[in-house]
Amino acid sequence: MMNNGPIIQTTNLSRSFGDILAVDRISVSINPGEVFGLLGPNGAGKTTTVRMLAALLEPTSGEAYVAGFQIGKEDQKIRRQIGYLPEAPGLYDALTAEQNLAFFGAMYGVEEISRQIKRYLEMLGLWNRRYEPVATFSKGMRQKLAIARALLHEPEVLFLDEPTSGLDPQAARLVRKFIAELSGEGRTIILCTHNLDEADRLCDRVAVVNGHLLALDSPKILRRKIFGRKVVFHLLEAKIDFEQVLLAFDFVSEVHLVENKILVSVEDPENNNPALIRALIEAGAEIQFVGELRRRLEDVYLELMKSAEGINNG
Amino acid sequence: MDRIKAIIVKEWREVFKNKFIFFTVSFLPLMITALPLGILYFATGSENFGGVTTADLPPQFSTLCGELSGGDCMLYYIVTQFLLLFMMVPVIIPMTIASYSIVGEKTTRTLEPLLVTPVSTLEILIGKGLAGIIPAVSATWIGYLLYAAGAHIMVDNPAVVGKLFDPLWMTAIFVVGPLLSIFGVSIAVMISSRVNDPRIAEQISGIFVLPIVGLFIGQTMGLILVNQQFILWMAGILVVLDSVLFYFAVQIFQRETILSRWK
Ligand SMILES: Nc1ncnc2c1ncn2[C@@H]1O[C@H](COP(=O)(O)OP(=O)(O)O)[C@@H](O)[C@H]1O
Ligand SMILES: [Mg+2]
Repeated sequence: MMNNGPIIQTTNLSRSFGDILAVDRISVSINPGEVFGLLGPNGAGKTTTVRMLAALLEPTSGEAYVAGFQIGKEDQKIRRQIGYLPEAPGLYDALTAEQNLAFFGAMYGVEEISRQIKRYLEMLGLWNRRYEPVATFSKGMRQKLAIARALLHEPEVLFLDEPTSGLDPQAARLVRKFIAELSGEGRTIILCTHNLDEADRLCDRVAVVNGHLLALDSPKILRRKIFGRKVVFHLLEAKIDFEQVLLAFDFVSEVHLVENKILVSVEDPENNNPALIRALIEAGAEIQFVGELRRRLEDVYLELMKSAEGINNG
Repeated sequence: MDRIKAIIVKEWREVFKNKFIFFTVSFLPLMITALPLGILYFATGSENFGGVTTADLPPQFSTLCGELSGGDCMLYYIVTQFLLLFMMVPVIIPMTIASYSIVGEKTTRTLEPLLVTPVSTLEILIGKGLAGIIPAVSATWIGYLLYAAGAHIMVDNPAVVGKLFDPLWMTAIFVVGPLLSIFGVSIAVMISSRVNDPRIAEQISGIFVLPIVGLFIGQTMGLILVNQQFILWMAGILVVLDSVLFYFAVQIFQRETILSRWK
């Protein structure tokens, strides 16, 4: 185990399936105790990435270290250090909750398996149903049981592949709360999601991926730095010259004219707006309203994906 | 060892909940035991049986009879006819169990969480294999013992019954049987990696039972003589076949292969 260093480190990690380049040269460092999000739409390569890190799939090129061990070379050691929640919970329906966990406990060679089963079934509110076959469980209960399974051997690193997808809002909230608790215990968590809101709420840092790495930062900085903020000026009449007036400012990155409105991307609206308003009035604009264009996180994200597509398609 | 044991127990808990599998494992051997016993019953009961001479039997077979009289040789002939039929039990049972277990894990997507644990490919295959082989071999042996007991009751000449315990039968039941069950499991693994319906997996696997049926028919028609040499050849060929097939099964059961190339 490397002290103080990253617990996961990938260098140009890539994987293709035939002609499909699923993961394209991803290089990231993940710190111990961090909740690290992999955010991207379906087919972005999130599952493929965590499967490589979980020593399930071999990379086509590039390398990665997990908990100090190199993938492809020390896979058996990695498997002991990690917990993994796959996209589908994958439980044995004919077996009871307890039998399911006991089986996986045996696969991990967990000592004191009964104690561990009790601990996690209680924590997740499934203890009373331990003797019932999983076939009778709801989606949310299955997901919780699958999370318990990933924790039995007290792994240092936990991979969660879309832990709340397909769950009803209440079950999703419970699962998120539990993830937050786990991270409080100091575990490193890698969370795959296509839900921006979830990444925003749970993650310390988020890697936005679509095959390759598009952006990587804390959710807060990502929103501000990468996406900026937009101010909208409603004018009596929007003239094309106003665009030049606004673009003259350093802190303005983009200006769009739409009918009688001007959309301006600025770094810091609270401090920048007075100067912009003054400049527009001096240029002869008659301002009716000024406001911030409240963009939903989803919109921001879609925009990022769209611009990435533009880059990819030339 | 603990892992293999856990896998076997898990497989049984799952697989025997399935009525079809339960039926296959219990009724197939029962039927294959009952059928020859029934025929034996009618053969010993028939009146003009004493008049049979060795000349009525396939000529190669009479050499197997040694000192036995014509009628007893006929009985031994009938008894031995069913040896190959018995050999279907150790192939079909593990094929059925392994097909259901592997295709089942595929459709319920339980393989991925299993593969992410430190369990080795070999442990998984041995566990899954034994989960099919143990009931198959037990069923074969129990069927054989019932058959021998039934023959003992129905046939008067102990020399005929004694033939059921000669090296020919012993090799068949205790060597060829287990080898055939390994064959069945390996075939099922390969086919299960390609299909998503356990019944289809089972049907395709069924094709591999045909050679045994073919041998049985060949034997009935007097084309093949099932003697010690034949059984030893069968064992030898199976050892080679099992090694090759098991090698491929291990390749097919690599994590990488399962997650990237299975259908
Ligand atoms: N086993 C596989 N065989 C072929 N293509 C695959 C396989 N697994 C994933 N892919 C492809 O790789 C790309 C990334 O998939 P995936 O990692 O599942 O993305 P995500 O989890 O972000 O939805 C997709 O185009 C997908 O079709
Ligand atoms: Mg995925």
